[in-house]
Amino acid sequence: MTSKTMRPDDRKYSESHEWAKQDGDAVLIGITDFAVAALSNGNDSDLVYCDLPETGRDLAQGETFGEIESVKAVSDLNSPVAGEVIEVNHKIEEHLEILSRDPWNEGWMIRVKAASKTWASEKLMNAAEYEKYLESQKH
Amino acid sequence: MKLTALHDVHERLGAKLIDFGGWHMPVQYGPILDEVTTVRTKAGLFDLGHMGRVHVTGKDAVRYVDSIATNFCAKIPTSAIRYSLFCRADGNPIDDILLYKEEGGSVFIVVNASNTAADLAWMREHTKGFDVRVHDQTDELGMIAIQGQVSRDVLQKLVEGYDLGQLGYYKFTFATVCGIPNMRVSRTGYTGELGYELYVPQRETARVWNALSEAGKSHGVAPIGLGARDILRLEAGMPLYGHEIDATHNPIEAGLNFGVSFAPEKGDWIGRAALERIKANPTQRLIGLTTDGPRVPRQGTPVFRGAEQVGAVASGGVSPTINKNIASAFVKLGCDQPGLGLEIDFKGKRQACTVQELPFFSRTRK
Repeated sequence: MTSKTMRPDDRKYSESHEWAKQDGDAVLIGITDFAVAALSNGNDSDLVYCDLPETGRDLAQGETFGEIESVKAVSDLNSPVAGEVIEVNHKIEEHLEILSRDPWNEGWMIRVKAASKTWASEKLMNAAEYEKYLESQKH
Repeated sequence: MKLTALHDVHERLGAKLIDFGGWHMPVQYGPILDEVTTVRTKAGLFDLGHMGRVHVTGKDAVRYVDSIATNFCAKIPTSAIRYSLFCRADGNPIDDILLYKEEGGSVFIVVNASNTAADLAWMREHTKGFDVRVHDQTDELGMIAIQGQVSRDVLQKLVEGYDLGQLGYYKFTFATVCGIPNMRVSRTGYTGELGYELYVPQRETARVWNALSEAGKSHGVAPIGLGARDILRLEAGMPLYGHEIDATHNPIEAGLNFGVSFAPEKGDWIGRAALERIKANPTQRLIGLTTDGPRVPRQGTPVFRGAEQVGAVASGGVSPTINKNIASAFVKLGCDQPGLGLEIDFKGKRQACTVQELPFFSRTRK
């Protein structure tokens, strides 16, 4: 079920349900509550596996940097931002329940040194646009 | 998308609905693995309204079925059911089916939702020379399954004048259920549990579902979606069209010999020659794999022995019953011994697995 509460306005969103947020000089990347709910259907234990990259990897915008798997299916994790992976939140791989609990802060996945300072203007949605996008995806 | 007679019921129950074989069906009402456990420990209700139901009548019905289906219809006792397939001349299946042999020589056939149109076209294409009528009853009948150890006790409360204890595995009868006379009740299912399938007049389907739900409440009976159904059938080693069998996977190598008859008295049937050749010279076999690793095998995931790919996963999932990730997989002969260690390849990352015979779990298979 889609949460009715507004999603955080301090970051940008991709159509494949990742978020990117400026954090000092770097950008944090994670997945949205919608992505988590679609994978797990509101049930923590439905998430079984998450594979994150090593630091040092260069990512193009939209490039797959990992995979997340639920009882039902595997989904690619795509980077909304081009840049170099400088830190990885490996804790998630062992504690997938973090993603259900707090996808916005504790559930960040990778920290990226963005290739461009203007990454936020590149084809990404703000919270209100992402909300509308989710509405348009319902049939 | 087509809707079953229970569509409103599912929406009221808050089910997540998906397109399945052209039907809008519940994939889950709650957590999938909890639904699996409910069926394994109590019982679950399934809406099977999407499955195709075809009645074959006429004096040549049995002979006709024997010419297009793999099992030996003439040998099926009256009121018994057998697993069978429709195969093309190359031996590869169009669908797998259940044959209900009726008194008087008519045959009731249950087919998969996704293949119903192809099955009907196939059946009608091959009626020439037979005195038969092929009647699609999919839209006139609803279908409900109750599966699990308490299913008999629950269903018995709604059945008048018949002791369900008399109904053997893969047998059917016509009984009065919820006051509805002559309802087809079969002791069949897709879970490896004690269970029954009911063929209900369409307009009565919701009433029967609600009655079963009410009668089962004190036993912990709950509705079960397609997600759990897939895990239950995989645990029970039962094939799913599009996975263990399809246009490129024949029933012999899938271990479904019990559904294929080469008895001379059956005469010729479509696919016979090809399947005889495959039987004489198979190259691969469907086996079970268990893995202690976190990754879930999925259809197509390659299976390796050392550097050599020796097979691929047909179906995979999380098994809450044996508490491991499991798969059915085709592996080449010589790599199919139970206990053999193989590796599943997830985009270059290997995870150890072990070969075993199917099923992983069943209360119905000896």
